[in-house]
Amino acid sequence: MTILYAIFVDPFVQMAGAPDLLVQALWDGLVSGVLYALIALGFVLIFKASGVFNFAQGIMVVFAALTLVGLHEKGVPAFLALALTVAVMFVLAVGVERVVLRPLVNQPDIILFIATFGLTYFLIGFGELIFGGNPKAMITDQLFLPRGVVDVPMLGGMVSFQKIDIAAAIIASLMVAGLAVFFQNTRIGRALRAVADSHKAALSVGISLNQIWVIVWFAAGLVALAAGIMWGARSEVSFALEIIALKALPVLVLGGLTSVPGAIIGGLIIGVGEKLGEFYWGPLVGGGIESWLAYFIALAVLLVRPQGLFGEKIIERI
Amino acid sequence: MGRTGYRYLAAAVAGCLAAGAVALPAAAAEDSNFVPLFTYRTGPFSGSGIPIANGMRDYLEMLNQRDGGIGGAKIAIEECETGYDTKKGLECYEAVKGKNPVMINPWSTGITLPLIPKAKVDKIPVLSMAYGLSASALGDTFPWVFNPPNTYWDGLSMIIRYIGEQEGGLDKLKGKKLGYIYLDAGFGKEPIPMFEQFAKDLGFELKLYPVAATDMQNQSSQWLGVRRDRPDYMVMYGWGALNPTAIKEAVRINYPMAKFISIWWPSEDDAKSAGDGAKGFKELNWHGVGTDFPVIKDIQKLVVDKGLSQVAKDKVGEVLYNRGVYNSMLIAEAIRNAQKLTGKKAVTGEDVRRGLETIDLTPARLKELGMEGFTDPLKLTCSDHNGHGATFMQEWNGEKYVKVSGPLKPMTDKVEPLVQSAAKDYAEKNTGWPKRTEVCDKAS
Amino acid sequence: MLYRETGQFKTTYAADMAVFPLRQDRIGLAVILAAALTLPFVAGEYMLSAVMIPLLIFALATIGLNLLVGYTGLLSLGTAGFMGVGAYACYKLTTFFPDVNIVVWILVSGFFSAGVGALFGLPSLRIKGFYLAVATLAAQFFLQWCFTRIPWLYNNNISGAIEVPGRTLFGEFVTGPNASAEMRYLVVLAVVALLTWIASNLVHGRIGRSWMAVRDMDIAAELIGIRLLPTKLLAFAVSSFYCGVAGALMVFLWYGSAEPEVFSINQSFLILFMVIIGGLGSLIGSFFGAALIYVLPIALKAVPPLFGLSIAAATVEHMTFMIVGALIIGFLIAEPHGLARLWQTGKQKLRTWPFPY
Repeated sequence: MTILYAIFVDPFVQMAGAPDLLVQALWDGLVSGVLYALIALGFVLIFKASGVFNFAQGIMVVFAALTLVGLHEKGVPAFLALALTVAVMFVLAVGVERVVLRPLVNQPDIILFIATFGLTYFLIGFGELIFGGNPKAMITDQLFLPRGVVDVPMLGGMVSFQKIDIAAAIIASLMVAGLAVFFQNTRIGRALRAVADSHKAALSVGISLNQIWVIVWFAAGLVALAAGIMWGARSEVSFALEIIALKALPVLVLGGLTSVPGAIIGGLIIGVGEKLGEFYWGPLVGGGIESWLAYFIALAVLLVRPQGLFGEKIIERI
Repeated sequence: MGRTGYRYLAAAVAGCLAAGAVALPAAAAEDSNFVPLFTYRTGPFSGSGIPIANGMRDYLEMLNQRDGGIGGAKIAIEECETGYDTKKGLECYEAVKGKNPVMINPWSTGITLPLIPKAKVDKIPVLSMAYGLSASALGDTFPWVFNPPNTYWDGLSMIIRYIGEQEGGLDKLKGKKLGYIYLDAGFGKEPIPMFEQFAKDLGFELKLYPVAATDMQNQSSQWLGVRRDRPDYMVMYGWGALNPTAIKEAVRINYPMAKFISIWWPSEDDAKSAGDGAKGFKELNWHGVGTDFPVIKDIQKLVVDKGLSQVAKDKVGEVLYNRGVYNSMLIAEAIRNAQKLTGKKAVTGEDVRRGLETIDLTPARLKELGMEGFTDPLKLTCSDHNGHGATFMQEWNGEKYVKVSGPLKPMTDKVEPLVQSAAKDYAEKNTGWPKRTEVCDKAS
Repeated sequence: MLYRETGQFKTTYAADMAVFPLRQDRIGLAVILAAALTLPFVAGEYMLSAVMIPLLIFALATIGLNLLVGYTGLLSLGTAGFMGVGAYACYKLTTFFPDVNIVVWILVSGFFSAGVGALFGLPSLRIKGFYLAVATLAAQFFLQWCFTRIPWLYNNNISGAIEVPGRTLFGEFVTGPNASAEMRYLVVLAVVALLTWIASNLVHGRIGRSWMAVRDMDIAAELIGIRLLPTKLLAFAVSSFYCGVAGALMVFLWYGSAEPEVFSINQSFLILFMVIIGGLGSLIGSFFGAALIYVLPIALKAVPPLFGLSIAAATVEHMTFMIVGALIIGFLIAEPHGLARLWQTGKQKLRTWPFPY
């Protein structure tokens, strides 16, 4: 009985008892959700256009942030470093298309999947070789990103909003909106959607697959850069960040591999879900359940909808 | 890819395999002592690993440059990259084992544990400086393992003592609440039984905030818990990316930094990245910080300025760099003692084990080493492989760590029984754990 | 010229279905086994304990995962978790019943792993492809959390690690610090050889064929009368059994002690690499894959000293990462079907050599 009470009643009593903490937990969850969603978005873009499950997205986040900070460390002004990093991500996109995707066109998914593992290894070695393996502080001030906390008294308590988190939410929304507009209203965007629908049909109407691939990888690189800056500002830029990117996987399957809104809503669900779970139910089993809770949430959803919340329905024929 | 492609591929594979088949060339030459350094300049824990690796290497290199090694025998230094990965660490161990290493410094609790039983069999002592298995402080049970100058249990008792001092007596802890944020691995879990014992004895409440290695950079739920529970003090046992993230989160929730106390691992960078809010953050330490010591000056002059080091010049003298120096000083002392005991120039692991047991850093000896005021005297004996020396608290003032307390002694009455029972437990669980047969040397 | 089947006639159906229909293959296998058996007498300790033992253990885990991914077409990223189950089960068993031979417990611990594997395989009936991969990640992280959080599993060890006690076989130590590298190697070799032989019989038999039918198209397989649930669960169970035994071998005969971190997600990825690089659906490929992925970085480390170059250990590590990454991509481009296909091609060439036309 006490167990049932601890599981089903007590957490809610706590929530009602300290509504400011509940709001704080929700906000923290939303922020990490947004950041998960940013990483997941990179996956979705690439998966939609090229059918590649890009495992290297996590390392691209680290690599982009590392390039930015590393260049700045070598004396490049912050915004020039930002521009150069964007250029590096473009070169990376072209390189990936030339060296990895083009020779492997038409191979089974799993082969491409493993190829992106190879890319991950390569980027780890390359990044460490050039910028060193030591963690670096994100150049928050130089990029005019805000620092500090806004404390808002509410509900008989205090909820603190970190300015960088607010900035992260705004930047992420802008990026998503920008991508949506890009997809809907530009020529390239329409071509991208065509490729996502059918490679062959797209080819037959004269869309260059190679060009499209470069564009999506570049877009994924930019999303990775944004995610890297935000995570880096919250902790530091180091290769340990790569592990966090794994959290994007449950987000991804929850939302559906091919859906941009799915990635965002999935991110928010996972972010909020794991924060509330850890905060209110975690202590019952000794804490630390955050490491697997996200995957179980995703698993539960998948059992009901095997294609994720917003994924295209899987139709199988003989 | 046509036939030629396959041919190149085959050639490449054959080349790699051939390269692998050739045995590693032996590094030990005439009259030199082989000191392998297990380092991790890569991977998620490199932030802590790089300064330590630099400090260790530079001190030994300095001895080579200044004195031509130790006692007339050069030190052959070889780094082996472990990436904090047990698998690679064991591979490193097997690779250096045959080359007559004088000792192993694993720098990872995960690598230390498998090496503890091997040390006796392979006759290679293990020096796990203030990490690894706390119970290995007992030389009678673990003649081949050394963990000076403090165990993690000592560390915790010193933190509690410090908190007691701040509150005006240990009895004032009654009714207080202490939070413990830790890396959810062997290292962070080891102090928990002792912490719980303290909570019972002193009457404070203990709150645990475990951080999984995968969530080191994502600690907002733990700190939300801190906000809810409002502990009077926070104690941290962290490593790698856990430290900077925790300090940032503490700043974010406006936790009073003066009451945030860590074990001895956070570095300058960890506190610096949190900005001004991190002022007042505290950690234990047992050696000097900065470059105002003759030994560090020698390193700067003979190694760093000559470009023989990988360290950035402004990083010399940081906490973890100096800790590496301290570690290497112990290595050097052990080799020196071993040379005295045996009269040989090139010593073996067996000799160095005896050398470690006779380490006696008197104030006079420390002065000779150029470490006057750098650290406290340390004496190891056959039964005490740790020293359980005093440490002090240092505080982050926004630019560097400054000493803010007098010597903090471990509470031996609390630590000792735990060490004894843990050692006994270890020996019992490992059926057939050998009794100590190594004879004891008189300190020379 | 030597490798040719001319003159070898199959006179029975059994002979036609043999795993090694060619006499030369059988001789080759015997030679390899003989070489493996004589290795302890010629190779040094480093070769045995840092190269051969890990290689064989990884090969076993790779075979396990290959049964699932390569033969049944179910992608799993929980391998390290299942290996951990084996290791912890073996630890608990041998501390409860220290008198039973350790090799028995190593094999039995596989069954615990199989049970857990089958449990986490349940969603495979409904979830497919990458979605399933993520579902198995739930197993990976949950199991690793259990290894950290349930003190009973590691007998309340103060460091939260499992320490391997010394156990003997025929009066010789096989585990613990006193076990010689030769002894450990021979035990690992025996277990791996036995399980490989069983795996080979499994995949060539009815069970293996039903797995492959499910892999090629599960709806079609269902239509021809293969019951999907038992087949898929069996694949999960057998695969986890192999991984569990590999995990137990890893901790008991290689590491000697293990923290939960040993069974981290990276280990799962590493073994998946080995499967793909070696060749999906190939047992011999599993050995090739394990050899390439595990031995290559070690070999690369030994290259610079050969040329008298002294490169900092960290730089070597960075270069190793880059080269391994590039090689993975290179191999996939050259031969997406893995090293096993290269082996096949090579054998085919040898068969017609020196007159290919």
